[in-house]
Amino acid sequence: MNGMASLGKWLKLALLAGAAALTAVAPHQATAGSAKPMLERGKGEQCVEDTQFMRRNHMDLLKHHRNETMRQGIRTTKHSLKGCVDCHASTKTGSVAASKDDFCAACHSYAAVKLDCWDCHATKPKKRPATLAGMPPAASETGTSPMAPALAGGKTQ
Amino acid sequence: MSDLHNQTEIPDSSERRDFLKLGALAATVLAPGVMLYGIANSRPPEQGASSKLRWGMLIDTTKCGNGCNTCVTACNTENGLNGKTGPQDSQWIRKVNIKNLSNGFEHDLPMMCQHCENPPCVDVCPTGASMKRADGIVLVDRHICIGCRYCMMACPYKARSFVHEPITDQNPEVPRGKGCVESCTFCVQRVDRDETPACVEACNANGQNAMIFGDLNNPESEISKALSGQASVEVRADLRLNTGVRYQGI
Repeated sequence: MNGMASLGKWLKLALLAGAAALTAVAPHQATAGSAKPMLERGKGEQCVEDTQFMRRNHMDLLKHHRNETMRQGIRTTKHSLKGCVDCHASTKTGSVAASKDDFCAACHSYAAVKLDCWDCHATKPKKRPATLAGMPPAASETGTSPMAPALAGGKTQ
Repeated sequence: MSDLHNQTEIPDSSERRDFLKLGALAATVLAPGVMLYGIANSRPPEQGASSKLRWGMLIDTTKCGNGCNTCVTACNTENGLNGKTGPQDSQWIRKVNIKNLSNGFEHDLPMMCQHCENPPCVDVCPTGASMKRADGIVLVDRHICIGCRYCMMACPYKARSFVHEPITDQNPEVPRGKGCVESCTFCVQRVDRDETPACVEACNANGQNAMIFGDLNNPESEISKALSGQASVEVRADLRLNTGVRYQGI
């Protein structure tokens, strides 16, 4: 019995020591290698969702939204890729993925996750084509139409 | 009917009906060249395309100018096409010249995706990328298109193009990229915010008024009235695809 108890104590100690070692080493390991990406702040006060949530889940939101928009014609703006680009385009390049420091490219090159979005989607926010400039702006752009409140509070869920 | 029409807040339903009638009247009167918002159909953005509608187009080829390329140019500008017409370039809408061999009479018509009710491109697509939206607009979901081009083979109207080269500076509303098949979308991004396709708008602005766009399911729409009042044809009606694009004068 005595032997078992002392063995248990030793095990506990060993575990504690191991945990302490891990916590001591963890920050060092995280900063080792290449420097963390420095991200430019987007426009506006805050993102459409909490920053930590967006870091982990932006791809799911985008995929969900892309399917809804593409296949069902649901065009809420809250989780749209166009919305991301509008806020996060770099002030230097005007794009989210033109240079290595731009918003999307910075993290994705750090995490070594390939991005296919920009093979098709525009990386820069853009006004409507010049030949149509004489037209009255669309409801979604003026914000004065009856649709505006629905647009502003639009959710994809 | 009420959910098909404008969501403008008018409390009393009879007033609302009058208002809608007035709107329809105004639309009819203002139609040539002036009317930019032709379709009283706005829906909130969180509501998807409705199967109660079916978008369609009526093209009066007798009003279509020989050599006039306005619709093609408008399409290219709106959708970011480069306007070249080589075998490897995308053409969403193209002018076709037809000639009566017995008397030499020639005239033009615009040809594009006919937005069939039973689209062969959707039938043959192995991934489900080629699809028909609830409101009848036939689209390619580029996220899952593998670029096999079966749909291009299946389309009787030669309406689809394959993107061979990388594309940059797209219109943010019209994503396009290498390796996917694409075709006329009825300018779905414009239709979803209650505008007519770019080609129709340009044709009207140019004074041709050869194209009418609207809801085939709504008997009160301009296109339905025109279709019920005059003869029109589907191209290759023998295939029984029930096309969304109809022609007059051919």
